[in-house]
Amino acid sequence: MKEAIGLSEATILDERKRQVHRTGQGELDLACNTDSLAGAVSQRACVFCGSRVVLYPIADALHLVHGPIGCAVYTWDIRGALSSGPELHRLSFSTDLKEKDVIFGGEKKLEAALNELIDRHQPKAAFVYSTCIVGLIGDDLEAVCRRVGEAKGIPVLPVQSEGFKGNKREGYKAACNAMWKLVGTAPIDDIPPLSVNILGDFNLAGEIWMVREYFQRMGVNVVANVTGDGRVHDIRRSHGAKLNLVQCSGATMDLAKMMKDEYGIPFIRVSYLGIEDMADSLYQVADFFQDQDPTIVERTAELVRSELSQLMPKLAELRKDLEGKRVAIYVGGAFKAFSLLKAFRHLGMQVVLVGSQTGTKEDYEELERITDPGTIIVDDANPLELSAFIKEKGVDLFVGGVKERPIAYKLGLGFCDHNHERKIALAGFEGMYNFAKEVHLSATSPVWRFVPRREQTPLEVTHG
Amino acid sequence: MLLRHTPTEIADRSALTINPAKTCQPIGAMYAALGVHGCLPHSHGSQGCCAYHRSTLTRHYKEPISAGTSSFTEGASVFGGQANLLQAINNIFTVYEPEVIAVHTTCLSETIGDDLPQITDKARKQGSIPDGKDVIYANTPSYVGSHVTGFANMVKGMAQVAAPTGVKNGKVNVIPGWVEPADMEEIKRLAALAGVEIILFPDTSGVLNGPMSGHYHMYPEGGVTMDELRSTGDSIGTLALGEWCSADAARYLDSTHKVPCRVLDMPFGLQATDRFVDALRTLAGRSVPDEITNERGQLVDMISDMHQYFYQKKVALVGDPDQLIAMTEFLVSLDMWPVHVVTGTPGKKFEERIRELTADLPYEVNVKAGSESDMFLLHQWIKNGSVDLIMGNTYCKYIARDEDIPYVRWGFPILDRVGHQYFPTVGYKGGLRLLEKILNVLLDRTDRDAPEQSFELVL
Repeated sequence: MKEAIGLSEATILDERKRQVHRTGQGELDLACNTDSLAGAVSQRACVFCGSRVVLYPIADALHLVHGPIGCAVYTWDIRGALSSGPELHRLSFSTDLKEKDVIFGGEKKLEAALNELIDRHQPKAAFVYSTCIVGLIGDDLEAVCRRVGEAKGIPVLPVQSEGFKGNKREGYKAACNAMWKLVGTAPIDDIPPLSVNILGDFNLAGEIWMVREYFQRMGVNVVANVTGDGRVHDIRRSHGAKLNLVQCSGATMDLAKMMKDEYGIPFIRVSYLGIEDMADSLYQVADFFQDQDPTIVERTAELVRSELSQLMPKLAELRKDLEGKRVAIYVGGAFKAFSLLKAFRHLGMQVVLVGSQTGTKEDYEELERITDPGTIIVDDANPLELSAFIKEKGVDLFVGGVKERPIAYKLGLGFCDHNHERKIALAGFEGMYNFAKEVHLSATSPVWRFVPRREQTPLEVTHG
Repeated sequence: MLLRHTPTEIADRSALTINPAKTCQPIGAMYAALGVHGCLPHSHGSQGCCAYHRSTLTRHYKEPISAGTSSFTEGASVFGGQANLLQAINNIFTVYEPEVIAVHTTCLSETIGDDLPQITDKARKQGSIPDGKDVIYANTPSYVGSHVTGFANMVKGMAQVAAPTGVKNGKVNVIPGWVEPADMEEIKRLAALAGVEIILFPDTSGVLNGPMSGHYHMYPEGGVTMDELRSTGDSIGTLALGEWCSADAARYLDSTHKVPCRVLDMPFGLQATDRFVDALRTLAGRSVPDEITNERGQLVDMISDMHQYFYQKKVALVGDPDQLIAMTEFLVSLDMWPVHVVTGTPGKKFEERIRELTADLPYEVNVKAGSESDMFLLHQWIKNGSVDLIMGNTYCKYIARDEDIPYVRWGFPILDRVGHQYFPTVGYKGGLRLLEKILNVLLDRTDRDAPEQSFELVL
């Protein structure tokens, strides 16, 4: 049996050393957005995965995966991207390519599948996802989509998401390219002047509904959700919004940039996680619109005040138990880590490790700037590294995704899923309380008292 | 009604799978490989495949699942993945120090045509595989068969390690098929009770149902060892449990190393367990020990105590061929009626077996395997002929909820409940647990739906 204790710098692959940094120790020169090394037990996924997670919450569109069965199965309703209406996005459709399709091509099958599905479900648009094998056998997705789209009178959009083209970031780009074809195809005359698009929120556990409610109270209209609880028609007229709010740095930034270039719609980067970031995001929107509505800033301030007056006493209560506990963060996009860092400060907790799958150089520079000295910053980590760092730092709570959860539990730590498997809304002020509550429930669970590694009194003594 | 889109009328489909009742080969190979001690599964393809398989297995077992990936890029998919795999083997042995790497392919590397034996050979010649360490492999094209095929292919890859010494080891190879770690433990317990020394492969017990120690072990205690696998060629016989999961490996050992094999059904339920125990008894050359006889008696006892609740209850089943065959037989023996049986895994013989097992029942069973055999079809069948019980993996929950039908989770994957890691459903004891689960949902339903005056304390 091999244990991960004492994994030293020496056993981190040489090539990996440039993906680990300690705040305050030397120049930050993190190699990131590189391809994972062959053989690495990487926590990363592929292009297809990136496209799928961005587009799938569009609930009245058809999502057809063109490839062997697995790609459709593994992305079947795995994220709680809630819809207030249609739920076509929660079904799994696959052309289920077989050996003979790989040899003779899968275009005919794709066309037949699209025709059948569009006839049955009458979707507002269809997204057709390309997979590794499709890229290899050279099916002309564009042509099939164009043909079917013309025949059926709806946009049928190819998503060029062949898995091998890179990591999730490439997939985000492919998703944005597909959505881009929708933007600007519906009238915008009735869109009021105070209007925004929400980009990069996927309505996990209903989060986008909470954020929309804040905007409603401020008097700001939301034109399109991109993509949580998303609708095709909204995206088609999203170019009528006056401002784009971009959360989740990787996923939808490309779309925001395209909309800026083509329609001159400015964008701001926002985050709805944590008190400062939520409030700051609302204030940024208020500032943007204050020329048109001078009272908006005061309305926003009142909203924030009222929310905080309810939230802060409840947080203080939880903070008592959490003060001083140590946290490791490993998330998909680095932008989320910024918000989490601040959120944990409110709880009196100390972040000692922060990592991401897809952070950029700028992201890591920002992390270096806002973390305490000695904090480990890591790009694209593997379980052995995470395990070793966690023990070294005496971590009490791990924030990560599906693959990290059991590692945390095996090590005897609390865990908070801040990824797509979260079941509780963590956005907004209410979400900050939910977050604190979730952290509290896990970090203070009595079960950690029974973890052999962390037991204060050894078993023999208590039984002696 | 999440499945409100499902039309009752069944139309022919040829190009489309909706809500699949299978997944692709590599995940089966990965699960099998985790049943080898000190093994790091390796996915020779894009990063996504590996991430998806690990996530699914993690959700099913609530355990950390490690596996490497060749991290294919555009270059690899044009020029072949040899360089990636060579680098991967080298990196894995350097950093993660497994005893063995189990490489499986993906649709991508299969279509490119990467030659695993040749690349592995090259890695060995380059000195990337340390002395005493191994690389095993299986071809698992995602566009052929299903996850079951991938499992079987990797198990065959294990059998191909066999290196007979010419001296018999007195042991019996038992190939359990795709069952849970708890089931593998139960099979070992039954064999030990029967007095048969076995080599069980794969064996995920102790790997995917391990204790919490406060430490992360990349390679937990369990798993069949490479030495044991090498020794399978010296065994006195092989019992393969399940035609789809296990027979290929057993037949390989039979034809290549003259280790005689028998292919049995997976030991779910009374009769299939009887046959398994009988096979063990024959191999041991002694009578069945009292302990096993008692367990059998307990199972028959529970069936007799509760048989009125099983009578003519209609069941819809979905899952994998070997499991469904044994379960169909068990249900029929309970006087229940499996009326709809679906597997996404192809196999003509499957449909024949299910028809044979249900031949004496007063209806024609709906059974379909392979293309377009999916949850969508099962749902349509249920809409056309309702059932009292659904048994299958977690994806059945959509149908069970929309149609308001009692439902027992059984199979792979189970993403929303626990227990399968720890409590077996094979053997007589496993039969008891299956009955408990079936009865619970049926009787809960009776209680829920009973008007107050007939809501009874004693059932």
